[in-house]
Amino acid sequence: MHEFLSIDLLPLLAGAMAALSCGLLGNLLVLRRVSMMGDAISHAVLPGIVVGFLVAGTRSPIPIFIGAAGAALVTVVLVEVVRTLGRVESGAAMGVVFSVMFALGVALIETAAARNVDLDADCVLYGQLETLFWFPPDSWSALLSAPTLGAVPRQVWTLAGVVVIAVLFVGLFFKELRLAAFDPMLATALGFRARWLDLVLMALVAASTVAAFEAVGSILVVAMLVCPAATARLLTDRLATQIGVSVVAALAASVGGYWLAAWGPGWLGATGSVSAAGMMAVTGGVLFAGVFALAPNHGLAARVVRRAARAIDEAAEDALASCYRAGERGESSVEPGALRRAAGGGLRGALGVRAALARGELARSTGGLALTGPGAVRATEVVRSHRLWESFLVEQAGLRPDHVHDTAMRLEHLRRAADHQRLAPERVAGVRDPHDRPIPGEPPSPAP
Amino acid sequence: MSGPLVLSAGAGGGAGAWERLGEVLSFRAGYNTTVVLVGVLMLGIAGGVVGALALLRKRSLVADALSHATLPGVGLGFIVASSLGAGGKNVSVLLTGAAVTGALGVLCVQAIARWSRLAQDAAIAIVLSVFFGAGVVILSVVQGMSAGNQGGLKAFIYGQTAAMSVGDAALMGAIALLSAGAAVLLLKEFAVVAFDEGFARATGWPVMALDLAGMALIVLVTVAGLQAVGLLLIVAILIVPPAAARFWTDRVGGLVLLSAVLGGASGLLGAGASAVLPGKPTGAVIVLVAGGLFLLSMLLAPRRGLLAAGLRRARLRWRVIEDHALRAMLEHTDTHGGARVPRGALARACGWGGSLASWPLRVLIARGLLRREGGDMALTPAGAARAAAVTRNHRLWERYLIERADIAPSHVDFSADLVEHVLSPSIVAALENALRAEGRLPSPHPLSAVEESGARR
Repeated sequence: MHEFLSIDLLPLLAGAMAALSCGLLGNLLVLRRVSMMGDAISHAVLPGIVVGFLVAGTRSPIPIFIGAAGAALVTVVLVEVVRTLGRVESGAAMGVVFSVMFALGVALIETAAARNVDLDADCVLYGQLETLFWFPPDSWSALLSAPTLGAVPRQVWTLAGVVVIAVLFVGLFFKELRLAAFDPMLATALGFRARWLDLVLMALVAASTVAAFEAVGSILVVAMLVCPAATARLLTDRLATQIGVSVVAALAASVGGYWLAAWGPGWLGATGSVSAAGMMAVTGGVLFAGVFALAPNHGLAARVVRRAARAIDEAAEDALASCYRAGERGESSVEPGALRRAAGGGLRGALGVRAALARGELARSTGGLALTGPGAVRATEVVRSHRLWESFLVEQAGLRPDHVHDTAMRLEHLRRAADHQRLAPERVAGVRDPHDRPIPGEPPSPAP
Repeated sequence: MSGPLVLSAGAGGGAGAWERLGEVLSFRAGYNTTVVLVGVLMLGIAGGVVGALALLRKRSLVADALSHATLPGVGLGFIVASSLGAGGKNVSVLLTGAAVTGALGVLCVQAIARWSRLAQDAAIAIVLSVFFGAGVVILSVVQGMSAGNQGGLKAFIYGQTAAMSVGDAALMGAIALLSAGAAVLLLKEFAVVAFDEGFARATGWPVMALDLAGMALIVLVTVAGLQAVGLLLIVAILIVPPAAARFWTDRVGGLVLLSAVLGGASGLLGAGASAVLPGKPTGAVIVLVAGGLFLLSMLLAPRRGLLAAGLRRARLRWRVIEDHALRAMLEHTDTHGGARVPRGALARACGWGGSLASWPLRVLIARGLLRREGGDMALTPAGAARAAAVTRNHRLWERYLIERADIAPSHVDFSADLVEHVLSPSIVAALENALRAEGRLPSPHPLSAVEESGARR
């Protein structure tokens, strides 16, 4: 217990708070499509840190913090200037500004090194989570006493302050932020300046970046800004829910990452621990990857399943339409092989015919498969759609009658009533398509 | 104590430093320096060409994701190399690792942007930070390993140009040739995909293959440049020169060429400067030179530059002042008769403040449009001609706005455009007739118009 308090509690707390403030603000960055602003800021604080350091001559935190915050604001303004006045595309504008600022920082560091001062870009890049260390209370009960809290390093207090500000900002301006995120034009038209809100947001991103880079390092701030929000964005369509989910994801990434970094190597039989900040970013990335693959609605797997289901559905419709056309030729049933070929052949055809059978739209009869009652209704819809599209393509789009079948085969599955109204405003049953076949009328809607 | 030493080397040896810079830039500063110069020159050219293609495709920051994503590859390559006993300095293994994870990162960006609802910027930020985080984890593992020389790893993050060998320089040259060749051969294809992706798809261009080819070039340049400028700064070689070149030209071919020139110049000047100034990291100096060129371009480019834009705006503002003053003169003489207008009346009509009133007047007099008559102002013949034209134009626009503004008011810059430049002759004729019927059409013979109005009174 004592060991946990002295070694683990503060880094864990700092990581979680950095993740929390960045994760909250990240929701808005992702929605405004300026996710890379965090990256730009976190690179560009380097010269500010070095200048603050050179001016103060010590490693005392206040001038460094001021320098970093100043550099962050300069970056935001410069990006805006290059983007609007120079009319440079926003990605390139950020790239130009932050890479030149970073280069300036590296050059300045070398100057500092030449003056025998020890300043390493590494701690800016990778953070120094593990070095947060205190002389803790002896027991949990003494945790909140004044001398204990006084011993907590300044970085932790800064982070706590930023968390409070971020929560207040998002909480108080939720309505305005939502409007500005989804419809900045409307926001401006309604009379409040989306631009000002943007600037405040950027200033807060800069503040939490500066506060967090000491703990988790500047590059990993970007992970905390984007990963939780992006994860949440794939899970929900409501902003409030998204923010809630992103908070959970941010905490899971930071706590889980710390845990893996501290104890993961032990499980693999190695000694020591790996970089906690790095592991937090990786955990956030793994969480995102899992959601990217498996999210119920916007996930990759869900997309694949939806697409496969639609393909099978279309194959089934092709089979039904083929049966209908056979009926027009006077055949009451079609042999299964021909039907599978009509449904696209191969796996698609087989699955399509099976789906139609399973839904009771096809049934076995003598000599093969035949349409059932509901099957006939659906087949009529499909063929009607097919022939309406063919007529449209020939009459309105000016295609030749022998060129329209393949296109109509794909369009026939689009059967929203409004489309058909447009395709056939004056058409009645009995009118013929470009190939001189009758266009079926609207089938009677099946009894409920 | 080393501080003053460095300063004296930089500042005190002024003339010597310039001489030495000339020596370096003309490749007379010894074998090693020359190798480095040729290498970064080639890297700059390759980065400029490839970056220009990425800029057109709005993918500049993909290079950022890519360069960060090389870190885990470098770390893994180090672990593999030292566990095989090859030693951590085995550069080819490290670079192979970098290329593999870098390419993986780019593919992840593409996959996220394509198959999720997230925009490309979020995809880039995720890949960049997560891959870099993985790299940091792997590096912390490497630090725990006893085997191998870990010093070489740092060169990949911050760059170590001085270590460039002849082989490296030759590799850069080959990559520069390759990317320049690809750009020349596929310029039309890259351009069509960049400017109208939908059209490119519909007309059957292999958009996917072209994009992948562009990405492959970015991977090549990034990995080749890793050692020289480091993975945190290589992205600047790909972004800054094209963005600077964009200010000077609107043509794709010109952009690629100019971007290559600016990239090569940044490399050459930056490496030369850092050879002269001791203790300055070459990679950072190259990027700073590129940034300086960007700044110059943004300020000075003839059409898109800030100075040119400011000048245009100032000119337009002056024209508006001048037009208002001339029209006010004409309208005053129309209503009050005579050819002289009191200065106070003119200032009021133009909305000039009391103290401001003198400078526009002075300019108008200097331009020969107004002249003093006693304490009053009068139009010169040239001023009267301009005033008639301006007033006619103004009244035609007024008429147009009142009667037919439903046509395209948003497309018109009323103060700057002559009515004839925007509207068809038949509409102008109709508007003129309407004005003439009201007796408000300034006569095409302005002097007589002024005198006439005086006589009428």
